[in-house]
Amino acid sequence: MSDWLPRSAAGRRWLGLAPSYFVIGIFMLVPMIIMGVFSFLEPNPYGGVKPVGSMAAYVKLFFEYDLEDQLVFNPGYINIIFRSFQLSFGATLLCLVFGFPVAYYITLQPENRRNFYIYLVTIPFWTNLLIRTFAWIIILGRGGVIETPLLAAGIIEDSLRMMYTDGAIAIGLTYSYLPLMVLPIYASLEKLDFRLLEAASDLYANRLEVMTRVVIPLCKPGIIAGCILVFIPCLGAFIAPNLLGGGKKLMLGSLVQFQFASARNWPFGAALSMLLLSAVVIMLIFYARAAKKRAAMEGDG
Amino acid sequence: MQKSSSPRKSKKILPVGHYRGLGGWTVFFFIFLYLPIVVLIFYSFNANRMVMNWGGFGFEWYLKAFQNEDIQKAVWNSLIVATVSTIFATAIATIGALVLARGGNFRGKTVSLGLITLPLMVPEIVTAVAVLIFFSAIGMNWGLGNVIIAHITFCIPFAFMPIRARLEGMDTSLEQAARDLYASEWETFRYVTVPLLMPGIVAGAMLAFVISMDDFIITLMVGGAGSTTLPVYIYSMIRRGLTPEINAVSTVLLLVSIGIVTAYWVVSKKSQTDTVH
Repeated sequence: MSDWLPRSAAGRRWLGLAPSYFVIGIFMLVPMIIMGVFSFLEPNPYGGVKPVGSMAAYVKLFFEYDLEDQLVFNPGYINIIFRSFQLSFGATLLCLVFGFPVAYYITLQPENRRNFYIYLVTIPFWTNLLIRTFAWIIILGRGGVIETPLLAAGIIEDSLRMMYTDGAIAIGLTYSYLPLMVLPIYASLEKLDFRLLEAASDLYANRLEVMTRVVIPLCKPGIIAGCILVFIPCLGAFIAPNLLGGGKKLMLGSLVQFQFASARNWPFGAALSMLLLSAVVIMLIFYARAAKKRAAMEGDG
Repeated sequence: MQKSSSPRKSKKILPVGHYRGLGGWTVFFFIFLYLPIVVLIFYSFNANRMVMNWGGFGFEWYLKAFQNEDIQKAVWNSLIVATVSTIFATAIATIGALVLARGGNFRGKTVSLGLITLPLMVPEIVTAVAVLIFFSAIGMNWGLGNVIIAHITFCIPFAFMPIRARLEGMDTSLEQAARDLYASEWETFRYVTVPLLMPGIVAGAMLAFVISMDDFIITLMVGGAGSTTLPVYIYSMIRRGLTPEINAVSTVLLLVSIGIVTAYWVVSKKSQTDTVH
């Protein structure tokens, strides 16, 4: 029946992997390479590119032409990139502070209840991000869920103007990716041997020391994984800055989208994407190295 | 007087590793996580034209949404894209997972694993830009076809993960027994491996379906005028002005996702307690 399959194990292996290689290779890897090439071409004003090599897209990151056609430093885009890193960092920190105690609390629960908690944490992650972010407009917006009762009670007299601020974006980002922080931390806490905590306590460590010197170091891989998992999508976020930042407070992700939807500067959009991609690659290398070092250390012990 | 107030208030000694306030913090966490969802659903029953001005309870926006032909078209597109992408992504992921979980150690295993999970690591906006540029560079314009291809690509790792997890937890002794009893390789695969693997395949397909149904940014960039899916249409509604119609459509989409993920949860929990060993 299975005569048509290759006989050798290697042949079968590659036959089984071929569709994955084909689809992801052709429709993801090759496009990213073409994107890299496009970032070094000249823009076509009607969208797309002209097949002329140019560094203009990368120059545009730092400089602009003034009225006399001289290149002058333009901090505009650098500021947006810096802001993106700042907001992503802030959101990651918020996720960590908010999520770690919850992951820890879940670990302390009996097993069947743990599973239910994890189910509750994952549910929002699988629902539509756009919709969930839209809900924040109703909560934060003028005359929204937060403002209306405060106004009615006379605690505030005017709108709090929470929308279209960096704070609103940070809340949106934190909310969007919070489950991605809790899950890896939980995964590493779950393996934690709680007898170690007892041992530390018997050796006169106080509660704070048990946490900072036993629990946190032991679940560091989970914390790092969680931070990377949150930071990367924050950096490329489009929905939160667009809906909650009103499209004026741009972040890297929305700036990229703008280049294709409105500005029609494809090479610049491609160059920004390359920038984003390299930030991700650097982080992943950092993560892989940390994991390797850890594995080597555990091998020694 | 104050000192001998209530004995309950005297501090109980917490076991090691337990901290005060953790439970309260967790409650607050879940309120934060679910408040937007509750608010969204609540305001979908608003009878007023403006989302934020409560005008009484009513179902009229649901009726309006169901009668909206653009929404019908978008739902239809979403279902087509999600169904086709799920079928292809799950099939591709299944054979990939079989090789990677059962093929032993071979050269290129790590690279293959990295390639399959690549769509998880690249920011969505970058994938969107890359695919958009690619289709434009080769001049491919298949409308929904373009969207489907992009969706298959990023759905593969989501289908792959539960299938691989199931395979790795599966004992091979039943398959060996079947072979010993003169089942052919194909028969063993068809009548032993596939049924055992089925919960993993179903779980993977569900995740792929949900991910495809919910995708917004890649579809927005890659899809042309005629290939508007539901999330993209909701986005255009938000930009036009906030009416409870958005909430009504969103609530339906939300409940579909929650339903599928809950089903996935039940299936995967069952597959854990099944006789895998």
